[in-house]
Amino acid sequence: MTTVVPPGPRELTTEPRRSDKIFRAVVTAGGISSLAILGLIAIFLGYRGFEVLRQEGFGFITKSDWSISTDDAGNVIESNFGLAAMLVGTILCSLVAVVIALPISVFSALFLNFYAPGWLKKFLVAIIDMMAAFPSILFGIWGFLVLMPSVEYWAKLLHRYLGWLPVFDMQVPVYTRSPFVAGVVLAIMIIPIITSVSREVFSQAPLDRIQAAYALGATRWAMIKAVVIPHGRSGVIGGAMLGLGRAMGETVAVFTVLNIVFQINWHVLLGAGGNVASLIILKFGDASPYEIKALMAAGLVLFLLTLVVNAIANVIVKRTGKSGR
Amino acid sequence: MSSTVQPTKPWKASTKDRLVDFGIFFGSLVSAYLIVEVTPMKGKLALFSVFFLMYMALTASLKGVTRGSAAAKDALVNSIVAIGAIVTVIPIASILFTVLQKGLPGIKLNIFTHDMSMATPTDPISNGGLLHAITGTLTLVALALILSVPIGILTALYLTEIKGRFTGPIRFLVQAMSGVPSIVAGLFILSAILYPITKSYSGFMGALALTILMIPTIARTSEEVLTLIPNDLREAGVALGGTQWRTVAMIVLPAAKSGLITAVILGVARIAGETAPILLLTGGGDKVNPNAFNGPMGSLPYYIWKSFNAGSPEAITRAWAGLLVLVGLVLILFTSARYLGSRKGAK
Repeated sequence: MTTVVPPGPRELTTEPRRSDKIFRAVVTAGGISSLAILGLIAIFLGYRGFEVLRQEGFGFITKSDWSISTDDAGNVIESNFGLAAMLVGTILCSLVAVVIALPISVFSALFLNFYAPGWLKKFLVAIIDMMAAFPSILFGIWGFLVLMPSVEYWAKLLHRYLGWLPVFDMQVPVYTRSPFVAGVVLAIMIIPIITSVSREVFSQAPLDRIQAAYALGATRWAMIKAVVIPHGRSGVIGGAMLGLGRAMGETVAVFTVLNIVFQINWHVLLGAGGNVASLIILKFGDASPYEIKALMAAGLVLFLLTLVVNAIANVIVKRTGKSGR
Repeated sequence: MSSTVQPTKPWKASTKDRLVDFGIFFGSLVSAYLIVEVTPMKGKLALFSVFFLMYMALTASLKGVTRGSAAAKDALVNSIVAIGAIVTVIPIASILFTVLQKGLPGIKLNIFTHDMSMATPTDPISNGGLLHAITGTLTLVALALILSVPIGILTALYLTEIKGRFTGPIRFLVQAMSGVPSIVAGLFILSAILYPITKSYSGFMGALALTILMIPTIARTSEEVLTLIPNDLREAGVALGGTQWRTVAMIVLPAAKSGLITAVILGVARIAGETAPILLLTGGGDKVNPNAFNGPMGSLPYYIWKSFNAGSPEAITRAWAGLLVLVGLVLILFTSARYLGSRKGAK
């Protein structure tokens, strides 16, 4: 007779295998690297721009001259760097863009979700998504060569009939290359973003309530007013802020269209304005090392500005998606 | 004898409804034309807006008379919403039309075989071409792909598979990162790498900046794709005794393959036309430069930018031709991404 030795108890362990440890380490490193990149951007731009920021202090965002004079050896004699005009211009252009783009995007998102027949919806969604992938230089050149004449005409109409409003007021009739024109180009660039965010938010409106509204005999508009808009309002605001952030950081399209002037200008129709991002492109070509530092500081301001706007926007959009009232 | 009963569709528009619709459309067109002729208003803008207002007023009042005020409001909103969609589509149509119309005269065979080393932007189109720009853009995109695809997909895997301590902040920051202006990415590479380390413009610097812009697109789209993979697959993998590494590599990633490819293509479409960092970092050479690590490198956006700023009619034609090539590239990428994306849904 042979004795059967019963096998000993198997070892159970929750300790991951070595391959898993490596896998988890690699993936975590990959995930954290994108975190690191954002931190590095802020650190490096701050580090390079520190000298200028310290010298200019708060004047960097409250003054509006941008001048530097150097002697023949390249030493800085005097420098004045102030972003105020560019910041005002950035805000002005992007606000014009959002004001124009928001109603159009919301209407087209409503149309896509609740009015368009299936085939048209598919087609339009494809086209609008595609527009979001168009390069910005295309919008810039198209805006400059094709759109500007029409927009100038609209600006003249606005000035003639709404000139009593302080925003549309102007002393010198120069309509070309104004913040208004830049705003219209930016509006066209951000319509796809706001439309797709709004469409997403509207499509999450609770179906049972939509059907309940119809069952109570509501017309389509009554249903939208009662169900869709209360549900999607804050999501649409978040989408508009995403568009705002995009419009603030836009460089090439604005640079092509806008006439950059270092003076604070609140008149949207007047052909003089600014934009932090285009300032960097404008001055980069023949900047001295010290001026480059000032540009880095400007980049830091722009980075923080867009980061804050985007973060708020994302929080708002996300909260709507979850609540699903 | 068998008779088939025709299903009735009471909601379908009858001939009478269609006639009324057509009548309103035609009526508002004619009246808009007459109003524009009689009053001092003129131009397409006036005609269009008067037509639209007439159409709105006619449909709303007809509905108001036949079905009451709620229906009138509904009809009004109907028109407004439709105009929103039309206004959204007009610029796209105009852009595509203009690019085709102005770009096609500049598309000659020689521009695909020559670079600009022996020509200036103001020369006739038959001199030089954009070969250097196409090869440059392809090199930049390829380098950016090599760098950003691993980071992007690893980030997405971290968010969906590991779900560690940093999931919240990383998801939040990746979203914030997708809003980083392209010029800031350019400045960052300039300040962190180009000035202190390499001290010269090269294609690689541009590719680094593009990588920063591409990571969030890839990470976010891949994350969406990976969360769609059913958990059953993961559990099946683990139940068969697979380690997490083997489950992800052999089951999850292959299942998500077409979606991940879509994510990558969308990332490429996002950066192919990026101009601002290219202007800061690549130096924009006029010669075909196969070495991305040494010497200035041309690219399509830079070529378009340079030609556009040269200003002469020939140069503008060059810019439009460059834009046409660039838009064609983006459209091809985008269509293939959509095709792959929709096929995934069908499976």
